[in-house]
Amino acid sequence: MLYGLLVIAPVLQAMYYSGFKWNGLGDLDDFVGLENFRRAFADDVFTGALWHNGVFVVLSLLAQLPFALSVALMLNARIRGRALLRVLYFAPFVLSEVVTGVVFTLMLQPGGLADGVSPVDREWLADPSIVLYTLFVAISWKYFGFHMILYLAGLQQIPRELEEAAIVDGASGWQVFRHVTLPLLGPTIRISAFLSIIGALQLFDLVWVMTGGGPVNASNTMAIYMVDWGFKRFQFGYASAVAVIMLVISLAFALLYQRYVLRRDIEGALTSMGR
Amino acid sequence: MIQPVRSALVLAATALLVACGGGGDDDGSGSASKSTGPVTIEWWHIQNNDPMKSVWADAVKQYEAANPNVKINVTVLENEAFKAKLTTTMQGGKVPDIFQSWGGGTLKEQVEAGLVQDVTEPTKAWIGDLNSAATGLYQIDGKQYGVPFNLGMVGVWYRKSLFEQAGIDAPPATWDEFLTTVQALKQKGVTPLAVGEKDKWPGMFWWANLSLRIAGKDALAQAGEDGSFDSPGFVKAGAELKRLIDLQPFQKGFLAAPWDGAGGEAAQIGNGKAAMSLMGQWAPSTYAANTKESEEVLADLGWFPFPTVDGGAGGPTEQFGGGDGFAIGKDAPPEAVDFIKFLVTSDVANKAGASGGILPVKKGTESSVTDPNMKSVLDARAQADFVQLYLDQAYAPAVGQAVNDAVQELFAGKASPQDVAGKIADAAKAG
Repeated sequence: MLYGLLVIAPVLQAMYYSGFKWNGLGDLDDFVGLENFRRAFADDVFTGALWHNGVFVVLSLLAQLPFALSVALMLNARIRGRALLRVLYFAPFVLSEVVTGVVFTLMLQPGGLADGVSPVDREWLADPSIVLYTLFVAISWKYFGFHMILYLAGLQQIPRELEEAAIVDGASGWQVFRHVTLPLLGPTIRISAFLSIIGALQLFDLVWVMTGGGPVNASNTMAIYMVDWGFKRFQFGYASAVAVIMLVISLAFALLYQRYVLRRDIEGALTSMGR
Repeated sequence: MIQPVRSALVLAATALLVACGGGGDDDGSGSASKSTGPVTIEWWHIQNNDPMKSVWADAVKQYEAANPNVKINVTVLENEAFKAKLTTTMQGGKVPDIFQSWGGGTLKEQVEAGLVQDVTEPTKAWIGDLNSAATGLYQIDGKQYGVPFNLGMVGVWYRKSLFEQAGIDAPPATWDEFLTTVQALKQKGVTPLAVGEKDKWPGMFWWANLSLRIAGKDALAQAGEDGSFDSPGFVKAGAELKRLIDLQPFQKGFLAAPWDGAGGEAAQIGNGKAAMSLMGQWAPSTYAANTKESEEVLADLGWFPFPTVDGGAGGPTEQFGGGDGFAIGKDAPPEAVDFIKFLVTSDVANKAGASGGILPVKKGTESSVTDPNMKSVLDARAQADFVQLYLDQAYAPAVGQAVNDAVQELFAGKASPQDVAGKIADAAKAG
């Protein structure tokens, strides 16, 4: 009942609104059918935003998660000060995205800290060709600690004996990682990738604070685009259509991922060999 | 739809409350004449900083003391928070009794949705005492839908010390002189201009002022009707702005800089890192808030109106600006109008003017403004016979945002003046 009221009802409402041209005031009387959806996909700014979300997904999978995994592996070994390092690396995750955004904006503005330590003089947030990657660094800084903790928890579950047995059998360090550690970490990696992709698709707070989607839409995301059309241009019908597109993409991804990737984990298989 | 039903319920419940004599939190008494029963007025304003915040808190106390049956519930909101809250409240079919309005296209949409009262009759006796350029911003189809309390305009603020350093003895009066000034500053190693183009509207000010000077006020009004933003006057305005941008007069990283806040336009001027910025009458207090040397900045500031452009359709007495005012919600009691009259026409206006927070619009209260920075804007306002409202307020919100977006592309060097004019025209014609 509560779920229906708080989740299903707003979703249905957004779907209903998405069929109208509506400025948020007065009655819904201008039904336009699927025109709002056609318009979104015909708009370079929206398809650009969709593309940026895609870039964030790919970069997260290819850079952020492997980085988090390597840090987790390092901190799983018995090294000095490992408890302190774990806390330090996890700390950014407890900051809100807004605080992270403000901190990075201060560092990256001309004359800020980044100008002092960086070997190249760049306009990190003002240059449309690099702003997306600047934002990715800020996002990774905040979230890698979270994925690191997930991986650490996963690594703790792996019995030492298995790795030791592999070493006794003459496996190299890489072979142990590739054929013992990684497969056993599979369920954790699949969950972490899932959360990371959904996060990248819904990205909003940090971008809103740091660039507002600019300059010239170079860092726009679907969520930014939606808020921009809803609350700055007051075209709520169109903004609802964008919300529905976001929902469909996220939902389709989540269902497919559960069906094809997470199935083994959900069905309770403990181990599986990589792919 | 559900909204009328809901507001009818609210009204019914309110009527019941009033009938029972319970004062409480009623949205409106609904009676036609001023009643002596208890009345509550919901007032949303955005003067969330001193001095205006206190000026109005005092005004409420004064009014309530003189009218014991009236209770005024004040909600003070920050600008952006106000816009978001008002929008969501209005979607529920409700509206505060008195709320901040800038007039123009947004007010028009609210009027068309039946959320705002026509106050032509109740204000007829005293609306003539106010500056006509200001009251005009709240007129739609000859009817008065709001009352202004502040009217300012956009011009160029500059640091006198940096002008001296570059050997400039008089502020430029024409666009060509202005471009020469920019080059003179640049040659001395001074950043000529600051702009907060992350926020987009500071850049829009440049395009809008040039459009007013070159295309003229009639073309701006015409384009608002039929979307003809691609006419030659607007393309020419874009081309002149491009001439300025090509001189690279702005601070480093201006595309990521906000107006207010760390590394923003206001901080550049406040800290003397750039010489000029094109901004409204609220600028001095923001410059001062963005630096440790507040006193120094305020004493070092100068102001001149936007330069005239040779051969343009617009003259020097036409200015770009806007102000603040109040609209009256559909269910507001008659006391709401009476309270607004008290705010804008009584001694409260003088106090507000003297505080340096606003430029009051009641005729005769101008002399209350003593701050030299505000005074220079006021002197220009006295000579202005027309004020073009900020474009993002004058037009429908989607058109205003399209102007902001297109102009940002010009600043980023991603679009030609023709592209800019075409994009705005497309958005305006799509309605």
